[in-house]
This record gives sequence, structure tokens and C-alpha cells, in this order.
Amino acid sequence: MSWSLKAEGLGKSFILHLQGGVTLPVLQGIELAVRPGECVALAGPSGAGKSTLMRCLYGNYGAGQGHILVRHRGEAVDIVTADPRLVREVRRETLGYVSQFLRVIPRVPALDIVAEPLVAQGVARDDALARAGALLARLNLPSRLHHLPPATFSGGEQQRVNLARGFAPAYPVLLLDEPTASLDAANREVVIALIAEAKSRGTAIVGIFHDAEVRDRVADRLFEVTPIPEAA
Amino acid sequence: MTGTTQAPSPPTGGRGSGEGGTRDPGYNFAYLDESTKRMIRRAILKAVAIPGHQVPFGSREMPLPYGWGTGGIQVTAAILGPADVLKVIDQGADDTTNAVSIRAFFRRVAGVATTERTAEATVIQTRHRIPERALHEDQVLVYQVPIPEPLMRLEPRIAETKRLHAMADYGLMHVKLYEDIARHGHIATSYNYPVMVNGRYLMSPSPIPAFDNPKMDRMPALQLFGAGREKRIYAVPPYTPVRSLDFEDHPFRPIRAQHPCTLCGSTDSYLDEVLTDDVGGRIFVCSDTDWCGERQQAKAAVE
Amino acid sequence: MSEALLSARDLALRFGRVAALDGVAIDIWPGEVVAIVGESGSGKTTLLRVLSGLARPDAGSVHYAGQDVLAAGEAARRRLMRTEWGFVHQNPRDGLRMGVSAGGNIGERLMATGHRHYGGIRAAAAEWLRRVEIDPARMDESPRKFSGGMQQRLQIARTLVTQPRLVFMDEPTGGLDVSVQARLLDLIRALVAELGLAVLIVTHDIAAARLLAHRILVMRHGRVVEEGLTDRVLDDPQHPYTQLLVASVLAA
Repeated sequence: MSWSLKAEGLGKSFILHLQGGVTLPVLQGIELAVRPGECVALAGPSGAGKSTLMRCLYGNYGAGQGHILVRHRGEAVDIVTADPRLVREVRRETLGYVSQFLRVIPRVPALDIVAEPLVAQGVARDDALARAGALLARLNLPSRLHHLPPATFSGGEQQRVNLARGFAPAYPVLLLDEPTASLDAANREVVIALIAEAKSRGTAIVGIFHDAEVRDRVADRLFEVTPIPEAA
Repeated sequence: MTGTTQAPSPPTGGRGSGEGGTRDPGYNFAYLDESTKRMIRRAILKAVAIPGHQVPFGSREMPLPYGWGTGGIQVTAAILGPADVLKVIDQGADDTTNAVSIRAFFRRVAGVATTERTAEATVIQTRHRIPERALHEDQVLVYQVPIPEPLMRLEPRIAETKRLHAMADYGLMHVKLYEDIARHGHIATSYNYPVMVNGRYLMSPSPIPAFDNPKMDRMPALQLFGAGREKRIYAVPPYTPVRSLDFEDHPFRPIRAQHPCTLCGSTDSYLDEVLTDDVGGRIFVCSDTDWCGERQQAKAAVE
Repeated sequence: MSEALLSARDLALRFGRVAALDGVAIDIWPGEVVAIVGESGSGKTTLLRVLSGLARPDAGSVHYAGQDVLAAGEAARRRLMRTEWGFVHQNPRDGLRMGVSAGGNIGERLMATGHRHYGGIRAAAAEWLRRVEIDPARMDESPRKFSGGMQQRLQIARTLVTQPRLVFMDEPTGGLDVSVQARLLDLIRALVAELGLAVLIVTHDIAAARLLAHRILVMRHGRVVEEGLTDRVLDDPQHPYTQLLVASVLAA
């Protein structure tokens, strides 16, 4: 079976040098393959390492062992060992990530934040802004906010800007970390629809969904992340 | 420039100052000792070989203060021969204190003939002017230079100005001209207007009026520049291209007062404004006294 | 992928007993923003000076677009500095001519590269003042009348006017108030993206590095102790020193 994203023997520990070099193993022997159009929900108790796995998949955390393969321009790229510039290219074209919190950039309006990844992909600026505006509107962000920097937005408003930024470029692989956490019911429905549309486009999705209803409606299967027993 | 250090030959005359030829035996010929003159000549040769490039030299104490032409005098002393005829001008005039003193100095220490006539002179030492009469190949024009470094006011670090010259990195000089236009609407530099020599070195022409700049271009006479306090010599060999810096849309324009000379009627010479009374009366007269005198004589002869 | 624009290997430089650079290697590709972080004395500013040809290393090589920078001599280095490279100093007074008007400061690089049309130079200066958010009406004012943030923006305009390919920045937000820093960082971020510049920025400001840089090198005692994608280095620091550096910052 073909895959868009695959983890092989993935392991991750944190070495806390500031705490006397304590080693915290978080992930071990993760084997995960996600097909185009498939949505995999990470499951497991809080602290089991779901977010860590997401961050490893994006290359935000460095994996200690194993491989993370992303189908990029038809080739398998190993995020664990790839040159940073190649990782940037993969992130620009193939691999999207919607974090829980928006990283606010001073003075940059919401519209530009959403349009930025499109512009980076080579979309003409006006087109990118138009698409960004349409997506923000769909997520019910009042148009008077589109031209403001989101620093003063509420948590839910920031989350919707973040979602729009993640969904705008139609990445072939998309990582979603609690995408509906601070949304009301109406906007949750919009996100569910966006995920369904992405899946029908062939996007492979890995997500953390604490909202069981959302998870049940979007996920094709669950992937259990289990805590590693305390090292003996 | 002719002969060397034998006893001076009889002078060849000169208007109103024919008393040359009585060299004070207490001095070496032309005041400086022979090895100093050789040192200066070596600097001059190097300067001629690299047109517009400032060559350091061991400037000597002279019997007059800095600012009175010690650099020019040393260059003159180094090139002067007994058969030379010396003219000295200050602001174009032969009869100012400085010009008179320097002529008297060389009559005494070199016994050379002096003149006020541009046409008769073989060596012309000048401060602040180039004679109106076109110079020829048998003449040398020696400039007194107060500040040889054209970049000095823009870049105070000497080592850095040397580097800028070495790299021909002259954007800075254009910045100065840019600032002129931005502030005054035109290039307001009317004296000491910077030039490019032979397309390579940026050079200060000494504080001559910008009006005189075009005369430097491809001049048949050798031009030597001496800065005594700053200990620099530079040169423009005969027929060397000398171009005044400018912008395409603000081309260099030599400026003169829009009047004819009150004395000789000249309309193409550089003029001095002279106040004639204390109620605002003023006239414009040629700054080059020899030029003006010749024209007045010619006019009188015709009439 | 394409050739590295700037490439240095095995750089070493000692000041007496202190190793300012010890086996440093770095590559910068076109359009890439690379931050060098580390505390004072880590060698980051020395690295910037060596890469830009302002200081010579005891050993090692620096190549720019295939050209050996160290062997090229000062004339070639200066030519690079006024055409393909730019340098933004921490203190704008080191990068500006304070006795020259804002317009003249921007125009200098144009004039140094042979521009001789006054009207064209002024038009370019006005355009660049606008791009760095300074009122073009202030073109003929002295930078002395400008605030620190404006001076720094003017320095950036003066550097970018000739469209260099590689810009070195030494703590560009160093002496500025925090509010002014944010504006400047955002301006740099936008211009760099718009012009596709390669930038090597030295900073001890982790937040600035996160905002601007694609890649980070962490220096300590003259060595690169960690490097990688900006978010990876800052969110999952591996080296003890990087962990300390990141932990010392409030909410970077």
C-alpha cells in the first residue's frame, strides 16, 4: 500500500542537561504509515507523547532513532536526516502543521499570515490574499479583523487564523494538533468540513483530537501512543 | 628646469623686475641643498609617472610660514635652473605681497630672472589661479597647495583615503556633489573643484576657481603641485585628460561673473569684484593682472 | 540544490590564548537567513568579520560564489562590499555618514557603483526611504536628527539600495528600545523575503533569531556547538549550552 507519511522505528528521548543530564525517553519503536486521503488520530493518555510525536513528524523535534519518511515530489525524504534546507522545502510544499497556538508576528495582519505560505509556494500575492480572505471568512473571522495583527485576538480567533494558514496551501500531508480546542460548535463544523475536503483531495492527515465527536467524524483509525514505562 | 647648479647665467629680462642675476653666495643655488633637491625631483618624477597620485616627500622648513606657499617654493627650487625665468602669481596678481616676496626670494637665492609676463616665463608658481593666456610645452606651472587630499573633509582617516585612492573608490566624492545639489540646487563648489586625472586618480586642483578647471585638461605645460605642510607632491603631465566631476543631469559648468572687465573689456576671463567706495560702488576687473595689462596696452595701441 | 553562496571551512583565529574561532564551517545558500547566536565572547561577531573579509583568519577558507575571498585581495573584497554584499552594523553611526543627508547616505552606494544621474539617484533614495518607512520629505535631513530606530532603518535602506545578494548584520536591533526592535525586525523580515536576500545575522536575541532566521548556528568558545533549523534548535535544543541559552530566555 502506498503511503504519504511513514515513521519507522521512531524513538525520542530528551536529555535535560540543566537537570544533571537526566534522560527522559518519550517515544520508542513507533511504526506508523499514513495513506493519501487517510486521517489517523493519535490516541493515548495525556503525557504519553502524542504532541512529541507530532513535533517529530514535522521535524520540529529531532528524532533520536528511526526514520520519518515524507513523500515529497514523488521521492521519500527522511526528515530525521535531511538537510535543513530540504526540510524547509518539504514544509513549504508538502508537509503542513497546525499547532495549538498561533505564533504571532508583530505588525503582520491576519490576512498576510494566512497568505504567506501561499506566496512562498509561488502564488501571486493578490490571489493568495483573496484565497486567505475567503478561508478566513469561511471560518467566520469578522472581516474587520482580517487587516489587523492577531496579537490582540481571542484564543478562538487566533486558532482560526492558524487553521486558515494550515489549510490554505492544500499540503499533501497535514499535521493537526488539537485543531478544534477553542472553537465553538459552528466553527468546529467548518473544521470538520475542511478536513473532509482535504482527505478527498488525497491529503494524509495525522491529528490529535481531544474532542471525541470530532475525532469520530474525521478519523479513519486510531493510533495508540503509549507511555514508556519508567526506565529501570 | 634648464641647466643645473653652475653660477647663474645672465637673466633674460622681465618686465619691471630685471634685477635678477645677483645671487647671494651665502646660499646654495635655489636655497635648498642638492640632496634635498634630488629627493624632491625623485618625488616629482614619480608624481609625473602616476598622474594625479599624491607622492609623499620630505618637506623642509622654509624661511616663511606654512600657508605661504612652502610646498610650491620647494617644487620650484627643485626644478629651477639658472636660465629659467620665474613668474609668481597670487590670486592671478603679480603684485601681491606673497608673489613679490617669493620672486624676491628666488632672485636672491637663485639669481634667476623674474617676470610678470606669462608668455616670457618658463616657470610659473601660482596660488589660486591659472593664467588666462594658454600655456605651452616649454612652461611649468607650479601650484601651491594647502590641502592635497580631495577626500579629506569627507573621510578624515588618512589610511582610509589612501585605500580609497588605491581602489579608485570615489563614490564618496560624488556624495559631496550630491549634497551640494540637494542643498543649493546646483553644484555649489566654486573653488577647489575635484577632478579625475587621466581617468584614474581623484585630485584636488588646489583652490583655483572652478572656472580654471577646463584649462587643466590636456594642458601642453607640465603641472606640478606642492603641499608643504602636508608633505605631498602630485603632477599632471602635459596633455593629460583632466575631467571635472559632475552628474549627467547636472553637468559641470565653469562660472564667472556676468560682466565685462571694467579695465580691458574682457568677457571671457575670470573677474574679481572690487569695491570702489563705501556706498556700494563696485567694478569687475580681470583677476589675471598680466592678461588685463596686455589687453589694455593692445587697446591703447589700436586707438 | 544550487551552490552555496558563501561557504567557509575550518576557520581558526586566535587572539593570544583565546580561540575566537576554532574549526568553524558554515554555508549560506541564496535566499537563506542564517542566525549566529551565542553570548558575548562566543566568537560570533568575529565569525561575521572573517566571513565578510573584515578580519583574516589564521587558517581556513572562505568562498563566495566560487571565489576565494581570502586570496582575492582587498580590491576584490571592496568591490563585493559595494555590489554583492551589504553590512548592517549594530551602531548605525558605524554604517552611516552622519555628516551627509539621508538621501546622500542612500545614494552613496549607487554613486560608488557608477550611477551619475542625480535625478535617478534621488528617485531611488525616495523610494527606499518609503520602503523603510521614513517620510521621503525628510530626504535632505541629517541622520543626526533621526531617532535610533530611524537611523537603523536608514542604514538598512543604504545597504539594500544596490540589491545585494548577501547581507551581514551585526546585532541590528542591539541598541534599540523593545518596541522599536519589533518594528525593525518586522521590516527586515519583510524586505528579506521580498528581495530574496541571503542574510547572515549575528544576535544574542533568541526571539529575533526565531523571527528572522531559517537556520541557526549556536556558538560557544569559538566553536559551533549546535546548528539546524531554527525551530528545531530552539524547541528541541540538544547541546547543554543551547539548552541553557534557550532556558534563559523568557518566552522566546
